[in-house]
Amino acid sequence: MTTHEIELKALMLASLDGDAASHRALLDRLSSRLRAYYKRKLAMMGRGAAEAEDLVQEAVLAVHFKRHTYDPAEPLTPWVHAIARYKLIDFLRRTRMSRADVPIEEADTIMAHDDNVGAESSYDVRRLMERLSKNMRCSIEAVKLDGLSIAEAAVRCGISEPGVKVNIHRGLKALATLIARETRT
Amino acid sequence: MKTDELVALLSNNPEPVDRGLVVRTLLIALGAGLILALGMTIFALGVRPDMTTSGAWSFVVAKVSFAVGISSLAFVYLAKLARPGGERKARSYLIAVPFLIIMALAAISLGLAPSSHWNKMIVGDEWLECLVSIPVIAIIPFAVSIWAVRQAAPTNLARTGAFAGLVAGGVSAMAYALHCTDDSLPFVAVWYGGTIVLCTLAGAAMGPRLLRW
Repeated sequence: MTTHEIELKALMLASLDGDAASHRALLDRLSSRLRAYYKRKLAMMGRGAAEAEDLVQEAVLAVHFKRHTYDPAEPLTPWVHAIARYKLIDFLRRTRMSRADVPIEEADTIMAHDDNVGAESSYDVRRLMERLSKNMRCSIEAVKLDGLSIAEAAVRCGISEPGVKVNIHRGLKALATLIARETRT
Repeated sequence: MKTDELVALLSNNPEPVDRGLVVRTLLIALGAGLILALGMTIFALGVRPDMTTSGAWSFVVAKVSFAVGISSLAFVYLAKLARPGGERKARSYLIAVPFLIIMALAAISLGLAPSSHWNKMIVGDEWLECLVSIPVIAIIPFAVSIWAVRQAAPTNLARTGAFAGLVAGGVSAMAYALHCTDDSLPFVAVWYGGTIVLCTLAGAAMGPRLLRW
């Protein structure tokens, strides 16, 4: 087992328990690996860096929203690789390239390289957030962007504390859908 | 947007994750599908009138065990396939075992009977009803299973769809066995086995469309 696997799995387990710092470290480190992976794959097919960045963000969103599907009894690398590869195949299908362009590969390729040169993706999250409802937008901005507690956000947005949680949950899902739709155009 | 900003957005106040969620959602779907399939069979078709006689009872038990064997095995694979990369771990050819057992038993029972009875044993009285009922009763358990799998993240959509179809077909056959009065193993092998395979193929065909995420 590689050191990446051991470190990242420890971060994943802590993040499943709700540890924000571990979750952030995990997504950070995975995004640089995903970037290297997608740039390499798309370069082989003659595609550009902005498309790779869209894919990185889609995969990061998938890791975040599907983290309940990770089975702690299993290693993390194959789980991340399966998501990354699924998103790549889905992207190629959308853009009318065939699955045959994605060669069979070992799961370890996903952890092989880092790439920290992040490009801008092709959409603007602030603009997408304007399409959410007022309560969703206010809750996400307060808790996720400004770092307020749930109780402070409830006061600022004028809704109950459970209301803030529900609005964040639904709002982030809606945002993920909007981002996925945006990268599709 | 920069990916850093997205990561910051997602990792501010993350909620703890319920690790049993995938399996529990699938179990709820299985239970709901079974109750709905039983309800449809009992209210639309009715339980066979001779249920309490020992001859009928032993065949009901045989048919239900065949269906339970298939759907529980298929459920175990479905729970693996619902997770990213699960298709690598699921050695799914074991699912052929219940089918092989019923075919072997059917062959033995045909071998023990005179050939003049074979036609009646295989075709039975209600083959057409069986052929229609099992797939129709399977629709609701299939829809519920697909809903449950969509809460997770399958990465081989055709195979996952096939196993959702297989679970639904098995659950449907389990319910239909309470109504069916054709008591012969070759009948079960051909018509129960055949319709369950049909449900599986339908699931495989619909999986990529229904399960995309």
